[in-house]
Amino acid sequence: MNIIGLYNYWIVVVLMMIGFYVVIAHENLIKKLVGVSIFQTSVFFFYISMGKISGATPPILDDHYQLYSNPLPHVLILTAIVVGIATTALGLALVVRIQEAYGSIEEHEIQDQDTQDQMESRLEAYGFRKKHVLSVQNLDE
Amino acid sequence: METLIDIVLLSFLVLTALAVAKMHDLFAVVMLSGIYSLLTASLFLDLDAVDVAFTEASVGAGISTLLMLASLKLVGRYETRTRYRPMLALGVVLATGALLIYGTLDMPHFGSADAPVHQHVAPRYLNDSMGEVGVPNVVTSVLASYRGYDTLGETLVVFTAGIGVISLLRVSRRTKQQEMQKVPADMQQQIILRVVVKWLLPLILIFALYVQFHGDYGPGGGFQAGVIFAAGIILYTMLFGLSNASRVFPPKLLELLAALGVLLYGGVGIVCMLLGGNFLDYNSLRHDPVHGQHLGILLVELGVGLTVAAVMITIFFKFTWRTVKHKYLEK
Repeated sequence: MNIIGLYNYWIVVVLMMIGFYVVIAHENLIKKLVGVSIFQTSVFFFYISMGKISGATPPILDDHYQLYSNPLPHVLILTAIVVGIATTALGLALVVRIQEAYGSIEEHEIQDQDTQDQMESRLEAYGFRKKHVLSVQNLDE
Repeated sequence: METLIDIVLLSFLVLTALAVAKMHDLFAVVMLSGIYSLLTASLFLDLDAVDVAFTEASVGAGISTLLMLASLKLVGRYETRTRYRPMLALGVVLATGALLIYGTLDMPHFGSADAPVHQHVAPRYLNDSMGEVGVPNVVTSVLASYRGYDTLGETLVVFTAGIGVISLLRVSRRTKQQEMQKVPADMQQQIILRVVVKWLLPLILIFALYVQFHGDYGPGGGFQAGVIFAAGIILYTMLFGLSNASRVFPPKLLELLAALGVLLYGGVGIVCMLLGGNFLDYNSLRHDPVHGQHLGILLVELGVGLTVAAVMITIFFKFTWRTVKHKYLEK
């Protein structure tokens, strides 16, 4: 019983770390979002595991039962799941827009493009004019 | 027996999560995350969290997988392999994991009835909620009545996320009008699926309503019902096309419904205040406090259901419009 006693919490930690690893070590943004949702579910497990009492029933009151599991974690996690999907959808929408703007959702490619843009604008500031500067002048006139 | 199921399911979960971390084909990753959610839901059921299991099954295994697939269609299926070996990340993860495991060592054991979590407010909910709120499902009474303020916040977050998606994935009216006429659904040819869905759709929608209004007595409530209702409409959209579905639910109506849900929730709170109670204190709604609680919970859950259903359908429509737009641009 002693080993079983903490098994749930250890699995929670393992799942959380797998999610964490996916978030920090992978470059694909969709993969990162899947990692975030694995991380998120591990927290859900933590709460629900704490609410469980051995031999209890779900917290729906009835005269035949005396012992119920703790309803409070259930309430917190139930709403967290729905909020989770709403925020994931927002994340996915951002990923779609990033794909449209950069043509890629791999982190290093996005960063490469950003540094290139930065270099170009810095060069412009030092007087190296590029083609599109002309069009800005035209607009001014 | 419960413990055995718990251990087996948890081990499966770890295997699935490892496979997700290992794979580079994002389609497989999304499918695996659907399986992961289904396992999660079964595990919640095993841990007595019936309402949570319900939500996870409909949200995680249903809607979330669909949204991921829709965005994969827009961003491409394969992940490029990373160029460096992420040893640093592995080190950070292992160190954090070891610290967290160390932290669990003096936690109360799984399933023990005398853990501190069970001593604080839970006994009050379990012993007095029948007299104070009069609803057998304690999760519903805590969700909608004792912690109604909290749930209002969560509903607002769902609403805000919906607004975010709407503003991020706008499609111009011109594209919409051009495409409205001639977009066939991708699965238009699947005759068997179409016939089956035609039979299933009314049942799914009635089930959603049952979950909505039976939430006081069994597992269910506004969040679950909203998601199930949205799932039914999404199923219809996939097989019969966006143009048909948005004839039933025009975007304007959906936006209105999403706002109406939040307004209904907040409105109940304000009416309570006008009748002399606190914000969201349903006792003042009727002469008999328990009747007031029943009425308040019914209205509030209706508001939640409206907002969640409208936001979920809107999000799916927006993603689908985006794929339509891309197809159109490619041509």
